[in-house]
Amino acid sequence: MGKAISISENPFSKTNNQGIDIKEKAVVGLTQIAVLLIIAILFIILGIIIYQGREKFSWEFISSFPTDGMTKGGIFPALIGTFILVVVMSIAAVPFGTITAIYLTEYAKEKSKIAAAVRFSIRTLAVVPSIIFGLFGLGFFIQFVGTGMDTAFNEGELHWGQPNILWASLTMALLTLPVIIVSVEESLKTIPRELREASLALGATKWQTIKNVVFPGSISGIMTGTILAVSRGAGEVAPILFTGAAYYLATLPESLSDQFMNLGYHVYIMSTQSSDVEKTMPIQFATTLVLLILTLSLNLVAVIIRSRIRRRAK
Amino acid sequence: MKDTKIQVKDLSLYYGEKKALKEISLEIPRNKVTALIGPSGCGKSTFLRCINRMNDLIPDVKITGQMLVEGVDIYDKNVDVVNIRKKIGMVFQKSNPFPKSIYENIAYGPKINGIKGKNELDEIVEISLRQAAIWDEVKDRLGDSAMGLSGGQQQRLCIARTLAVSPDIILMDEPASALDPISTSKIEELVHELKEQYTIIIVTHNMQQAARTSDFTAFFYLGELIEMGKTNAIFTKPEKKQTEDYITGRFG
Repeated sequence: MGKAISISENPFSKTNNQGIDIKEKAVVGLTQIAVLLIIAILFIILGIIIYQGREKFSWEFISSFPTDGMTKGGIFPALIGTFILVVVMSIAAVPFGTITAIYLTEYAKEKSKIAAAVRFSIRTLAVVPSIIFGLFGLGFFIQFVGTGMDTAFNEGELHWGQPNILWASLTMALLTLPVIIVSVEESLKTIPRELREASLALGATKWQTIKNVVFPGSISGIMTGTILAVSRGAGEVAPILFTGAAYYLATLPESLSDQFMNLGYHVYIMSTQSSDVEKTMPIQFATTLVLLILTLSLNLVAVIIRSRIRRRAK
Repeated sequence: MKDTKIQVKDLSLYYGEKKALKEISLEIPRNKVTALIGPSGCGKSTFLRCINRMNDLIPDVKITGQMLVEGVDIYDKNVDVVNIRKKIGMVFQKSNPFPKSIYENIAYGPKINGIKGKNELDEIVEISLRQAAIWDEVKDRLGDSAMGLSGGQQQRLCIARTLAVSPDIILMDEPASALDPISTSKIEELVHELKEQYTIIIVTHNMQQAARTSDFTAFFYLGELIEMGKTNAIFTKPEKKQTEDYITGRFG
């Protein structure tokens, strides 16, 4: 039977207006300022683009060709060119990336040297500056493979050995491969080991287990990876500078050996080489706005899918 | 030895340098329930997983000795391990249904084995679910996801899934340890019915369960087989002192 403690002596009654740490308040304040700053910068950038581009931004803008030396008209061919680029890029990169991810998660032994080499390559690819991809595309795809194809199939006549949408897409595919592989791997890892064991214990082979249990679980990772890759591929310019993007084309590309126009490249050209910068400024901003909307919405979808994957992991 | 289903001869298992199973020799009788008991870490689950070669999946594992099933050493180089697992099924401690429909879970095994006809599959699904005493509960919702079932139902589903490939032997690794008492007794009843057709080996840390459900009991300790015999004898007149100590709860 203890005796009662007076209020002043009771350690539980210590109120919190005694010596609040100035340091604590300062840190919280600093982080709040940082957050506000970042949001402000984002809004300023978005605000400028929307404000400057709203004049030209319209359905007509998206659906018509540029005219009068690109000082008037729309960006339709650039939109289509970008679209074809990301489609071909995805066809090349997604299966390749998925298979690599499945290999790394399901087949490679932990200490395997090959797996270590693959992982190292992926990490390196992910940090290579995008202009290097452009140079690689030029040197390898265009000058080596393309010229080689011309020598073998066209008796040396120049057809494949020059910039076109195929080479540009393949170059872009290399750039976005790490994103796809990482995404697919992440979703594969959320599939619990017990499910694989259950399948094997029923007498399934490893391949049957992958096909029926593992692969269906990786679909969301493939989707996320593809969307992230597409959003990156739609915006990058350096890899397509010398591998296929063109300043102006009167018609849409009709085959893989044609060149193409591109949204990001379009902005670049107009801001550096246009004949009348004042007239093209609104077009530049409107094009940027289109590109922004595209990539932001794609990223948003990818984030939503990814959070669903993470929830399943719990 | 025509009543012996599995004959184990000097089976040892190494995780790298560590010897987890030490020269295990025993005989599992056909169409009976054999319980493997022992304190945590004694190797009973490891031994169970040797029977359907699930330990092959763990890197750095080495197994020596022989495991003869119907006279055939399943660790022989020429043996097809995938086929072994069709004949020796396993039910895991934590139920692991596929994130598919109830029907697809049961049909998974037969489909893997090449059975395609819908009528044939329907029949197999119904028979398996009946054998697992869960048909009445799910027959109207075979298309629903298996993940929506309760823990006890999921475990019976996993048993049905195992039965669907018509194994000879069913291995159960503490199948009821994660379940409530009612589900547990349902599973125990099931085990009793299934032994008419199958040879069952069940790992359990619950001695009362071993005494209730099994015909034979093997006591493991620190990787060694200490004693094996008829359940009745083991629990009333154990031969080894270690067995007696464990059974009377002196250590666990």
